[in-house]
Amino acid sequence: MASLNALILVCLLYVALLFGVAFLADRAALQGRSGKWMKSPLIYTLSLSIYCTGWTFYGAVGYAARSGLEFATIYLGPTLIMISWWWGLRKLVRVGRSQRITSIADLLSARYGKSNALAICITLLAVVSTTPYIALQLQSITLSFEIFADADPTSGFSEQNTVFWVACGLAAFAILFGTRNLNANERHHGVVTAVALEAVVKLVALLAVGIFVVWGIAGGVEATLAQIDASAIGAWQVMPGRWTTTLFLAAAAFICLPRMFQVMVVENVDERHLKLASWAFPLYLLLISLFVVPIAAVGLHVLPDGANPDLFVLAIPMHQGQDALAMLVFLGGFSSATSMVIVAAMALSTMMSNHIVMPYWLRYRSSRVSVSGDVRNVVLIARRLSIAAIMGLGYLYYVLSGGGTALATIGLVAFAGVSQLLPALVGGLFWRGATRNGALAGITIGFVIWVYSLLLPALGDGLLPADVMEQGPWGVGWLRPQALFGLHSLDPIVHAAFWSLGSNTLIFCLVSLMSFPSPIERLQGAQFVHVFEHSTGPRGWTGSVAQAEDLMVMSQRILGASEAQAFFDDERNRQGVRGGLPEPTPGFLERLERELSASIGAAAAHAMIGQIVGGSSVSVEDLMAVADETAQILEYSSKLETQSTELADTARQLRDSNEKLTQISAQKDAFLSQVSHELRTPMTSIRAFSEILRDVEQMQEADQKRYAAIIHDESLRLTRLLDDILDLSVLEHGQVQLNLRSVVLADVLTRAQATALTGIAQPIDVKRDGDREEIKLFTDADRLAQVFINIITNAQKYCDAEKPVLKISVMHTTDWIHIDFIDNGKGIDKEQSQLVFEKFSRIRPENAGGAGLGLAICREVMQRLNGEIEYFAHTTGSCFRVSVPIHQEI
Amino acid sequence: MWEQFREGLSPMSRHVVLVEDEPNITEAIRFLLTRDGWEVDTHADGASATAVIQSAQPDLVILDLMLPGKDGLEIVRELRDCETMQALPILMLTARGQMKDRERAEKAGVTRFMTKPFSNREVLTAVRDLHAQANQIEANR
Repeated sequence: MASLNALILVCLLYVALLFGVAFLADRAALQGRSGKWMKSPLIYTLSLSIYCTGWTFYGAVGYAARSGLEFATIYLGPTLIMISWWWGLRKLVRVGRSQRITSIADLLSARYGKSNALAICITLLAVVSTTPYIALQLQSITLSFEIFADADPTSGFSEQNTVFWVACGLAAFAILFGTRNLNANERHHGVVTAVALEAVVKLVALLAVGIFVVWGIAGGVEATLAQIDASAIGAWQVMPGRWTTTLFLAAAAFICLPRMFQVMVVENVDERHLKLASWAFPLYLLLISLFVVPIAAVGLHVLPDGANPDLFVLAIPMHQGQDALAMLVFLGGFSSATSMVIVAAMALSTMMSNHIVMPYWLRYRSSRVSVSGDVRNVVLIARRLSIAAIMGLGYLYYVLSGGGTALATIGLVAFAGVSQLLPALVGGLFWRGATRNGALAGITIGFVIWVYSLLLPALGDGLLPADVMEQGPWGVGWLRPQALFGLHSLDPIVHAAFWSLGSNTLIFCLVSLMSFPSPIERLQGAQFVHVFEHSTGPRGWTGSVAQAEDLMVMSQRILGASEAQAFFDDERNRQGVRGGLPEPTPGFLERLERELSASIGAAAAHAMIGQIVGGSSVSVEDLMAVADETAQILEYSSKLETQSTELADTARQLRDSNEKLTQISAQKDAFLSQVSHELRTPMTSIRAFSEILRDVEQMQEADQKRYAAIIHDESLRLTRLLDDILDLSVLEHGQVQLNLRSVVLADVLTRAQATALTGIAQPIDVKRDGDREEIKLFTDADRLAQVFINIITNAQKYCDAEKPVLKISVMHTTDWIHIDFIDNGKGIDKEQSQLVFEKFSRIRPENAGGAGLGLAICREVMQRLNGEIEYFAHTTGSCFRVSVPIHQEI
Repeated sequence: MWEQFREGLSPMSRHVVLVEDEPNITEAIRFLLTRDGWEVDTHADGASATAVIQSAQPDLVILDLMLPGKDGLEIVRELRDCETMQALPILMLTARGQMKDRERAEKAGVTRFMTKPFSNREVLTAVRDLHAQANQIEANR
């Protein structure tokens, strides 16, 4: 039987081995010659196995012994995620790399407008929900020690002491591993390699026990199956509610657990590694869970009643006297616990130092961050203290909870806790409308419900009094922790998961829909949701320690490649370094900041250097301010641009309308000038003769009468002229009211002829077309008659034949009725014939008396009647053709 | 008084050619000038106006601006091109009374410009003034 001392020795040797591996891997990575195997997807896949902790190693068998196959959900959750949500994980990894994310708190904070409040909130949640988990690891190690101690009465074993020393040991281990150096991209090659090695050890150990149990004890596969059937496990009933819940919680936790995020996203070297992991990791889970049921069944059968099923894995080989196997199993369990604790402590300490310690330290210390060495030390100290604090919390939890709770229950409590991040995480990746306030509100409400309905009850009697559990706080029944709103028939886990995640998601969505994201949130939201369009590949720097390379990259972006190169070469010469890049000394950083501020302004330069030099949280607020300012300026300038476009548009429109107005004005001037001219002519006669009548005495009566008649005629002419102008104006402005009705063409012509020629001493001889005029038209008879009167009057006035004749002939075509007015005069000159329809154009003014508006009016009238009036030179004189569309015929 | 006296004394001829296409205006001016002792020839066409005036050799021309066949200003230019017509007083009547019309008329060589409708007294005064000026120049020569 192995003594406890031997066990401790083996333990220390194992730790030394791990440390050696980590050290070598780190050094190899530092020297840039990390071998193929170090960067291989296999290491990545194995490192994912920190999902399988001491809980899995020991607790799964216990879980199976208590609840049958339900334990499988813990493995099925991640398997489902890995296989079916591979693309979602890829997006997560891509976002993490392109945004230089250091933790899940950093991710969510970056997504939601770089909100440090959110980061603090998540860090607290992570710490609170990880603490029981760490306590669990302490417990598993302690219990395994205990088993050996029981077998070795000389050891003087004390549980309390052991837990304390294990906690201290793990803290030291995590500090040595996780904060040995500070790397700009938060990657820890050494740790990852060591974790991969531990993954192999725990798998081998479990498989070894499994093989031993099946073939060594039970005697083959068939016998084992028979034993399973015989045991209680085979008969266990499936509870759909619990199964679904644990499956979902396991899947959610796989993404949200800080340590899983650390290995899956932050430590990811190449996103293609996910490809192998997507099938290899489920395979790993399958192998590790393969012998869980047989071990549980055989354990129940072989071991005495009352043996803790959580320790079957270790107890069976001990019971069978297989010391070497027991030692291997112990190392496997030790590996499971230590790897989880180290990575979890690392992840949490990053969050704590970046989001809580550093911002406050910087705020209280001084406003300037330019001394890189200083920051480096502070970061390291902050992280070491954080790890110590986390381990201390785990220890405290263990002591408080008395270490009695079943391992599986604690695991599920922790799972439910970190699952509260899921809505904000998934929403942030796929929904641009998700806002900071929504995430904050959702996480807070989920966290509170989780603490109240699951964590506090799980801690035991000490924290929630029994009467609160039974009757609710202050006797309010519907607030009972495990029966909120009267929902008391559910399993506590299902109940808590339902209420916390349900209200979390609901509040998250509602608040997001109601609140408006800040500019930087919108920017980040777009970058996250459309990460595959925005990012071409992973980028370099992140913020903890100044890296010359990062500074160089940033300077090139701002200053331009050649100038940045020149600046860095200069600095290198100053420092006397040969080749490579200059050291980021304080002086250099100051000079660089000055150089950069010339391009982007002092605040932005300070913030950007701070981003690289100090922790990323240092400059979160600075960056936010800069980004907000930039967004405002962008918005303002885009507004200005819009305004100036609008102004240019308006100016163009104004120019156009001005041109139009000028044109119209010129036309109006010409028209007025012509009108004035036409009015002045009759006025002249009227004035002249009225003065003659007034001034000349002894005038003959005949002359008096004649002159009075002239005045009368000219007044009538004036009136006619004014009437015509008004008529034309009405027609031109389309204000004319047409009185459309059915008329016979012959009637209209007869009326027009009578009107035009009544009272004429020698009327022109009008020849009509007889029956062909008997056509019904649907038109305005008065307006049409007006046109005819005008033409007949013109013929009467202008036809200079000895025996003037006007022939009116009617013709049909398919579309039109043409009415031709042909006289036997000498017609109109070709030049003038083009002007006859223009206003104030008179063919032969000497014997006119009109204003030259008649034909212009005719043209307007025919346009209103949808017809036409044209002039043709005819062999026998002039011909005016009036055309009326046939479709108006009835 | 002095004017009437002088007019009465001088044996000056008083021959005017009136070119106007509005028959009523023509009649009114003819009536006025005939009563004032003028011999009035009227003409209504623009195209032939220059020839008619040249052959008539009047003491004064009254010309409408807008005439059928030829523009009044064109007729003025033609007359001024002719040596014997350079000093001929020309009174232009027009229904278009804008400044630029007046300027153009003066540039073309019109002696006086009068806008329609005019008062009879204005026309008589203008005709007498123009005639007297012309005679003064003639006498000074």
